[in-house]
Amino acid sequence: MTEVTWAGGSRSASPQRSDGPSSANLADILERILDKGIVVVGDIRVNLLDIELLTIKLRLLIASVDRAKEMGIDWWEHDPTLSSKHSDVIEENRRLRERLAALEGGDGNGRSPAAEEGDGSPAVDKGDGSPAEEEKAAEKKTAEEKAEADRG
Amino acid sequence: MADAGVYLYGVAQDLAPDVLRDLTGVAGVPVRAVADGGFTALVSTVDLEEFGETALRRNLESLQWLEATARAHHDVVDAVARTAPTAPVRIATVYRDDDRVRELLRERREELTEVLGRVVGRVEWGVKAYGTAEAAPEPPGAGDGADERPGMAYLRRRRLERQSREEASRRLAEQAQEIHATLSEYAVASRQHPPQDPRLSGHEGTMILNVAYLLDQDRAETLAAAADDLAARLPGVRIELTGPWPAYSFTELDATS
Repeated sequence: MTEVTWAGGSRSASPQRSDGPSSANLADILERILDKGIVVVGDIRVNLLDIELLTIKLRLLIASVDRAKEMGIDWWEHDPTLSSKHSDVIEENRRLRERLAALEGGDGNGRSPAAEEGDGSPAVDKGDGSPAEEEKAAEKKTAEEKAEADRG
Repeated sequence: MADAGVYLYGVAQDLAPDVLRDLTGVAGVPVRAVADGGFTALVSTVDLEEFGETALRRNLESLQWLEATARAHHDVVDAVARTAPTAPVRIATVYRDDDRVRELLRERREELTEVLGRVVGRVEWGVKAYGTAEAAPEPPGAGDGADERPGMAYLRRRRLERQSREEASRRLAEQAQEIHATLSEYAVASRQHPPQDPRLSGHEGTMILNVAYLLDQDRAETLAAAADDLAARLPGVRIELTGPWPAYSFTELDATS
């Protein structure tokens, strides 16, 4: 099954649908306008690589990349057509991950600073990979296995 | 506006002046042109209370602000790219005044000519492929180990499950390669993007491919037909096309140095 979404509204070449420009998926837009296109230094110097962008980068980019790598999928790292910019993104993800680890480890309790601040900044989503959740999942699994073995 | 800056969306070549009329940009402000020798910079005058350095650092952390700004940025680039070759600039590029933008157009004339020449008459299409649940093979029948002791049967079942998971991953990676190899033939260039997070994209299944293809405008339907063909042939794989996009993924130009 192939789904066709027309990102750019009606155009002469669009035979099927035209939902208007706003119909484009936010993930599709962000991956293009955060990391692609011409990079020039404006007078207002906000370097997207330096800015922490904790919310956006950590929650939305790193999680998916790590999950795919666990499955052995890492095509984008070997694409010969990739520009050096892209490896910058990978490298940037690594740096952000380190920084997150440092932040989370900083208070000794493993709690993220965002969680302590309360409503001020968005909490950093630890995703399914957090140690606490893994532990819980492991406990649950052990219990299930035991039940299963008992039945058999 | 006491402190104003000039927000840059992108640069177009040989743009008809009336295209920008009635176009609304970031923060709901109008879009205007700064032209120099055949190139048109698409800009808006913005308030530095919102687009200054400190404000941007804060605002870029807000998904709500980022979404509104990203969509507005995209809408401007998209409207212009329909009528003229356009190179988008990365989000949140702000200059002091129009003269600084004109300076950029003059200094980067050569690179802009090259980049825009690459995308004339071409559009970007996004192709994503997903491995769906039915791609996982059925676990072996429960009756197979009926005469084994329960513990043995359990371990054997666990091993088989692990093996079939690994095999499923390998097959998905192969299918992704086949899709990309086939569709590349219709494109003049391609760029592979990392997979997206389902919490942002809302997709189901595992994203096994996320590629942007640069196509001659009239090849879009051929690409869609080829994707249909692949989807019919590959079990458990869903293929999604998005486009036409302005050539975001093919106008990379690092002019920071």
